[in-house]
Formats: sequence, structure tokens, C-alpha cells
Amino acid sequence: MGFEVLLKGTNFIRLLSGLWVALRISLISVAISIFLGMILGILMTLKAPVIQAVSRIYLEFIRIMPQMVLLFLVYFGTTRVFNLNISAETSALIVFSLWGTAEMSDLVRGSLKSIPKIQYESSFSLGLNTYQTYVYVIVPQIVRRMIPLSINLITRMIKTTSLVMMIGIVEVLKVGQQIIEANRKSSPNAAFGVYLTVFLLYFLACWPIGRLAKYLEKKWAN
Amino acid sequence: MDLEVIYSYIPRFVEAFWLTLKIGWFGILIAFIVGILTAFAVHFKIPVLSKIAGIYIEIFRNTPLLVQLFFIYFGLPKLGIRVSAESCGAVGLGLLGGSYMAEAIRSGLDAISLAQTESALALGMKKTQVFKYIILPEAFSLSVPAIVANLIFLLKETSVFSAISLMDLMFTAKDLIGLYYDTTETLFLLVIFYLIMLLPVSLIGNAVEKKYRYRMLGQ
Repeated sequence: MGFEVLLKGTNFIRLLSGLWVALRISLISVAISIFLGMILGILMTLKAPVIQAVSRIYLEFIRIMPQMVLLFLVYFGTTRVFNLNISAETSALIVFSLWGTAEMSDLVRGSLKSIPKIQYESSFSLGLNTYQTYVYVIVPQIVRRMIPLSINLITRMIKTTSLVMMIGIVEVLKVGQQIIEANRKSSPNAAFGVYLTVFLLYFLACWPIGRLAKYLEKKWAN
Repeated sequence: MDLEVIYSYIPRFVEAFWLTLKIGWFGILIAFIVGILTAFAVHFKIPVLSKIAGIYIEIFRNTPLLVQLFFIYFGLPKLGIRVSAESCGAVGLGLLGGSYMAEAIRSGLDAISLAQTESALALGMKKTQVFKYIILPEAFSLSVPAIVANLIFLLKETSVFSAISLMDLMFTAKDLIGLYYDTTETLFLLVIFYLIMLLPVSLIGNAVEKKYRYRMLGQ
């Protein structure tokens, strides 16, 4: 069935380190996205027409464009247009951060909108300034709602990072491909075993995280 | 940007556009059928089927389409199951989408409180009537936003098809860049064609969402 290839030499370890490449890219991008998404989300609720127009276009564009197109735009496009030479991994980080920031900011905006106006007015009347109102009153209230949603974003990121093999990053799927190619003669059925293993590895990486998000969502529902 | 180059590329992109759209809509059709069936199985707790449906939903929601396609296209032939690239794309997208649609529909069905069914029954409606006139419209209006989001998500996911060498938009773009190195023009066309495909869906989706928001009216 082709599973025996994985037991040869360091093949399985290589596969796992490939998975780590994908996980690393998604974790770094999520960290950046949460930070930038918070800021953009708050900016979007302020009544500034320019910011609102720009962020709307940004959000709509990112929402509509497939991540693969964005990867191509950053990886091949910037090289050509701006004469910048960005490494594949950096372009992946840029694309996933751009995408995550858009998703996050929309979530932040949504939860900010659900906070009644009274909260702002009360804290202003208590003498807090805008910065204090956000840091001490508003943000702590939305964090609880945000945490399960951002955990969900992590699983979506991990799933989407499988695309980075298309711009030449050696992650788990690419390693799997290499293993299959290298053992074409000795185990011709390797494709089945290796791709099934990759399939299961992704499942094992995403499923627990998704469960955690669901659990927290239920626990903090009220 | 060279307009002449852009003009000469358009026919190839149009061809790829139709292929992408064709496989995309086939996949979405499968996704709807699979999604509705599994959602009903889970919601009505049909003995064995609901367990299978639950496992299916968890597995396909937690793995990327690219990996699913690789498994179906390169892995399964080793067991003697051979599918063409086109049907592999449609089936893969359908199975992925089915799990997402199932979640969207099921959460809509689950959100309808028991009181609705009971009141309708007390008014003398038959069970089929309750389902047709009470549960279904309400559940549908609740599911619409998620379904629209899924539609956009699935159409976006078609960009992965190039990995199993289907001549879709992504494949054409990569091919043209490799052949002629007119990166800027090719990427520009790529973006334009994806906008043509997805912007209408997004706009119509927003309009439909607004139209079916009647469940919120009473609140």
C-alpha cells in the first residue's frame, strides 16, 4: 500500500518537519494578523470616510481573490514591478498576514459594533480618554468573543498554507512528493500511503484546534 | 503593461475561465446535494448515518482541498480507482464543499426552537406541513449568510485545480508566465478574470442575504 516507504530512513521525520514549515508560517501570520487586525478593526469603527473606503476596498479585494492569486501577485508580481526579490517564505508570510488581517479586522469590527453605545458614553463620563476607554473597557469585552474566532482562523491558515508548495516552498505535501519520486522503483504504490499520511497529518493538526475553538465558544457563549 | 500582449492572451483566459466555472459549478452542485443529505442525517439523528456524516464532516472540514485532490488524483489510482482530472476536481470540490454546506444548513436547522414545531402542531398542521412552511423557511434564512460565504469560498478554492494539471485560470497564468515572461500582463488578467467570476457572486450574495433576513424582523 505504500506505507512502508515512510519507515525507510528519515522519511517520516522529513514529512513531520515539512508539516512544521506549514505550521510555522501559519502561526507567525496569525500572530501578525491578530495584532494588525485589532488595530484596523478599531480604525474601521471610527467614523473616518477615507479609512472606511480604503479598508472596504482592501477587505473586499482580499475576500474575493483566491489566496493562490495573492501568492502569485506577491511572489512573481512584486519581483517584476518593483524589482524586489522577496523569498518564497517571506511572500507567503506577507500574503497570509494580509489575508488574516482582513479576516480579523472584520471580526473585530463586528464585535465592536455589538457593544452598546452606553459603554463608551459611561466611560467618557467617568473621565477616561479614548485610548483608556478602548484599552480598559471595550477591548477586554470583545477579547472573549474574539478568542474562539481567532483559533478558527489558525486552522484555516494551516489548511491554506498547503498552497505555498505552488510557489516552491518545501512543505509537507512537497516532501511527500519528493519521497514518492525517490522511491518510484522500490515501492510504486507509495503515492497512496504517503498522500493518505499527509491527509491524516493535516487532520491531526487542525482537528484538535477546531475542537478547542468550539469548546471555548460554547463555554463563553454568555 | 503592453495592451497588445493582453489582447492576445484574452482568448486563452476566456477558455480557462469557462473550464474553471464549469468544474466549479459542478462541484458546488455536488456540495449542495451532499451537504443537504448529511445535514439532514445529522439533524434528525438517523442512527448509523448520522455518525458517518459526522465523521465525514470533521475529516473534510479539517483538511485542505489541495491534499484531498492529491489523494484522490494520485493516491487512489494505486488502488485501481482512476478518475479524470476534471471529475477529480469536481468531486474533490464537492466533498469539501459538502462538509461546509452541511455545517451551514445544520446550524440553521438546529437554531429553530422546539416551540416553533410544537406551536405549529398545536395549530393542526401535519408534520410535513410544519417542515415545509415553518422550519425550512426559517432555517434557510438563518443559513443564507453561511451558504453565500461558502459559495465564494468554494469558487476561490477552484484555484487549486492547477495542481492536478487542469487548464484553469491559475494554470494558464503559470503557463503563460513560464512561456513568455510577461508577468505583469498575465497577473493583471488573472486578477481581472477572478474579479469577473467572484464579484457578481459576492454582490448577488449580499442582496440575497438582505432579502432573506426576515427572521430578524420579529426581534
